Amino acid sequence: MAIKGVLRPGFAQVRVLDMKEAIIHYRDRIGLTVVSTEADGRVYLKAYDEFDRHSIILRECDEAGIDYMSFKVDNEESLNHYEEQIRKAGFDVTPVEAGEQPGVGRRIHFTAPTGHRFDLYVQMELSNNGPMTNNPDVSQLDPTGMKAIRFDHCLLYGRDLDGTQNLFVDILGFSVSEQVIDDDTGMVIATFLTCSNKAHDLALVRHDEDGKLHHVSFLVEDWSAIRDAADIMTRYDISRDIGPTRHGITRGQTIYFFDPSGNRNEVFAGGYHFYPDNPVRIWQASSVGKAIFYYERELNDRFMTVVT
Amino acid sequence: MEKEKFQISIKGLDEKIICEEDEALLTALEKQGFAKIPVGCRKGGCGICKIKILEGEFKIGKMSIKHVSLAERKMNFSLACKTFPKSDLRLEIFKKNNKVITIRA
Repeated sequence: MAIKGVLRPGFAQVRVLDMKEAIIHYRDRIGLTVVSTEADGRVYLKAYDEFDRHSIILRECDEAGIDYMSFKVDNEESLNHYEEQIRKAGFDVTPVEAGEQPGVGRRIHFTAPTGHRFDLYVQMELSNNGPMTNNPDVSQLDPTGMKAIRFDHCLLYGRDLDGTQNLFVDILGFSVSEQVIDDDTGMVIATFLTCSNKAHDLALVRHDEDGKLHHVSFLVEDWSAIRDAADIMTRYDISRDIGPTRHGITRGQTIYFFDPSGNRNEVFAGGYHFYPDNPVRIWQASSVGKAIFYYERELNDRFMTVVT
Repeated sequence: MEKEKFQISIKGLDEKIICEEDEALLTALEKQGFAKIPVGCRKGGCGICKIKILEGEFKIGKMSIKHVSLAERKMNFSLACKTFPKSDLRLEIFKKNNKVITIRA
C-alpha cells in the first residue's frame, strides 16, 4: 500500500527544566535550527532536512517529559475519519484550533491507554529553509552539531501497551514490525509500530507508570555520523546513556544520551526498510539484551528504569 | 586557585568520598567508583539518584518537581546529580526499583 492516512511523526513537544540550557543542547549540539520563540515561551525548532516549519517544541516546566507527540495525516477527509473512529472506540477527542502552534492547522488530540497524548493534523506551513526543490543541493542550511536530519520517532513507556498498540493498528492503520514477548506467557513487553517504510515510527514498552518518555530520536546519516555525534557528546560533556552501538530491533545504529533536563535523546542511523506484508519479527524476553543492544547483548540498568 | 574539597559520607558505609565545590555529588560518586548509586539521566529529570542530606550545607540545581517535591526539598531530600556541597556532608542514598546498591570491594 502506498503511504496514505497517517504519513509520519510530525512533531513532539518536550518539557525542559531550563530553556537556555535546552536551546544550547538542541540547537548547538544536536544541530536543530530555532524557528521561533512565541509569547507563551515555547521554542520551536526544526532539523535541516525537514520541509515543514518545525518538528520539536520545547516548553519550560518544573517537570521533564513529553507533552505530546503528533502525527501528520494526508488530508482532511482522513483526519475526520480518524476523529470519528477514535470517538467510536470510546476515547475522548479534543479539537485544537488552528494556530495554537504557529503555522499549524487544526489538530485533534486524544489520550491513548498508556496515558500519552497524541495529536493528528494535516496542515503545517513549509519552512523557508528546508530542503531545496529546484536543482537541489544536499542541503540549503549547512548541517551543524550532530547534523540531525529529522525528528524520527519516540519510544514511550506505559501500562496498557496492548490498548495503545490496538488503537494505532486498528484505527490509525499502523503495522507492527517487531515485538518483544515474555517467553512463558507471550505477553507483549515491547512493540514497534510503523506507519511508513521505516522500521518504526513509534515504539512502546510496558511499564508500571503511564505517560512516560523513554526517548525522542533524531535521524543521522550513517555510522560515521554516529561517531561524530559521540565526539560531540564527550567534547561537551553531554550525559551519555549507551552507545555507539546497534539495536537488534530495527538494526539501527544508535547512541542514547540525555538532554540537560534528563530527557533521553537518540541519534539513530540505518535500520531496514519495512513493507506492510513483512511478517512480525519476534524476540523472546530471554534474548532482549541482543534485541535492544546488539553488541552488548544485555540491557543496561537504565533501559527499563530511567524515563521522564 | 585550588578548588575546595569536601568529605562526603554515606549512611551505612565506612569509606568517604571527596567532592569538590561546584561538583555534583553524583559526578564525584561515579568518578571515584566508590558507591554504585543508581545513575540515570544525571540531569535532574529521572529521579533515580534520590538522596537525603542528613548533615551539612549544600546547594541544588534544577530538578523535576515530580521526584523531589517542594515539601521534600525542605526536608533535605534531593537528587545527587543536582546537589553541590558547601561543606562536608552526610547523606543517605535511596534505591529505586529494588536495584541493589553495591559497594566497590
